[in-house]
Amino acid sequence: MIHKTNIRPAWVVLVLLLGFSLLFIFSKSPNAVSAQARQSETENITVSTVDLTKFKNSKENETCFACHGQSKYSYENKETKKIVSKKMYAEVIIKRDVFYTSNHREFKCTDCHSEDYMIFPHSGNLRMESQAGCIDCHGGDEKYSKFKFEKIDKEFQESVHSQTHSEDFTCWMCHNAHSYKINARTNDNRQETITYDNLICLNCHGDIRNYQLLTDKQKPNLIEKHDWLPNQVSHFISVRCIECHAKNVDTLVVAHQVVPKNEAVRKCESCHSKNSILYASLFKYQIDENIQKKGLIKGLFFSETATIGPDQNDTLNKIGLVIFAITIIILLIHAYLRIKK
Amino acid sequence: MTSQSENLYLYPVWIRLWHVLNALLCLTLIITGLSIQFSNPTLVVKFKLAVSIHNIAGVALALNYIIFFIGNLFTINGVYYLIEVKGFFKRLVSQSRYYTLGIFKKESPPFPVTKDNKFNPLQQFSYVVAMYILIPLSILTGLGLLYPEIPVKDFLGISGLDWTDLIHLFVGFFITIFMCIHIYFCTIGKSPTSNFKSIINGFHESH
Repeated sequence: MIHKTNIRPAWVVLVLLLGFSLLFIFSKSPNAVSAQARQSETENITVSTVDLTKFKNSKENETCFACHGQSKYSYENKETKKIVSKKMYAEVIIKRDVFYTSNHREFKCTDCHSEDYMIFPHSGNLRMESQAGCIDCHGGDEKYSKFKFEKIDKEFQESVHSQTHSEDFTCWMCHNAHSYKINARTNDNRQETITYDNLICLNCHGDIRNYQLLTDKQKPNLIEKHDWLPNQVSHFISVRCIECHAKNVDTLVVAHQVVPKNEAVRKCESCHSKNSILYASLFKYQIDENIQKKGLIKGLFFSETATIGPDQNDTLNKIGLVIFAITIIILLIHAYLRIKK
Repeated sequence: MTSQSENLYLYPVWIRLWHVLNALLCLTLIITGLSIQFSNPTLVVKFKLAVSIHNIAGVALALNYIIFFIGNLFTINGVYYLIEVKGFFKRLVSQSRYYTLGIFKKESPPFPVTKDNKFNPLQQFSYVVAMYILIPLSILTGLGLLYPEIPVKDFLGISGLDWTDLIHLFVGFFITIFMCIHIYFCTIGKSPTSNFKSIINGFHESH
């Protein structure tokens, strides 16, 4: 029976498609990134948004931050009795907000720096003060044993960074003690962790001034070097550099043995598979979360997903296999009964 | 041998060409899709090759779907997909009863194929679901995965790309189930192979 006056399903789908397209186009919000960038441009580093009273050493530290916490410093010229303002050398500016949200926020400046810095003008000899490395404080300490600093140090010593640049490449290159904050195991926002960790690499590999501190070589163009990588932008946003460029060690949260470029991961299925290498690092703290904690939808469908494409969700795989098997069995029984009759 | 005069010419050339292409592309997409899904160790096709073939076949399926879509907007073929809501459930039950019981008692089909009724109610329902819900969803989500910057960043606290991936996976799974049932049910004709011949020569052999 043909009803020529009825609306054909194709027209319904066409109208729905047009509707969704319009909704999609008009629901796009203004570029949030550029708004953030504008805010950052006008940021006044002398004004702290952090409540300094919460930190026991903040009052004492203000002696240093009074000059090093801003882009200029002032002092009285003893001879002319005039107040002189000078620009602070960018490398020694420590932003209060960054320091007081870092791992070392409870420290006194003089815990690591010489007490002689309390005298101004600083003595020239203080320039020779050596920087403490992570292992100097964290090594051999029971309190920090669970973080396996010795193991990290060993991995780092075997890394291409350490092997190529010897002692010139220190922990500070990636972990500035004034600003570094742990992310991977404390931050639930995976995207923030990825961005934070990748910015550590880009600090040198994306900035020729820092890159050439240790080498006279030309800085490779990262975009061109990753031309082979499909959906490059998505990978750069969603994957940490170290996932492919460092040797994953299951006992460490963050791999520190950065490997030479020819040993970097290039096989898609190294990540896009059930045995994804991402489970050894980035997702280490997230795959254990249960349905109760994440809610049914997130827990059942998304809790184990490390990569787009291949699904690592065993529950869904099993349900799918059972449905498929039941379908085939029913069809076989149906066919058998037809033949038998 | 059945003469052509006893047969119904139900499948014009464009439908047959579209159908064979659609079937081959769906099969390719299922095989490569499974190879991507279960990539380590390699299931059938190596991951990188499977992704390339899947992408090309997916785009080809989308283009082929446009032919089907336009054809169904402007030719008589679109009318076969019109579901008359009144009494549809009853007709669906009647057809289901035939497939589960009647067929074994050699009963006549309740809705024999005629020029006006190419599909029985179950076929009509499943084809509408497959062609107007599952395939469009697979194409849209497939495009979302091919161009991952398109999906919304966040929906209900989960990345839009994760949702797109999950929907693509579900839809692909149900299309696979549909294909298994579709191919099996095509053996229910005058002879087990007559429906396969029909989609090649265009003529339906009546029971």
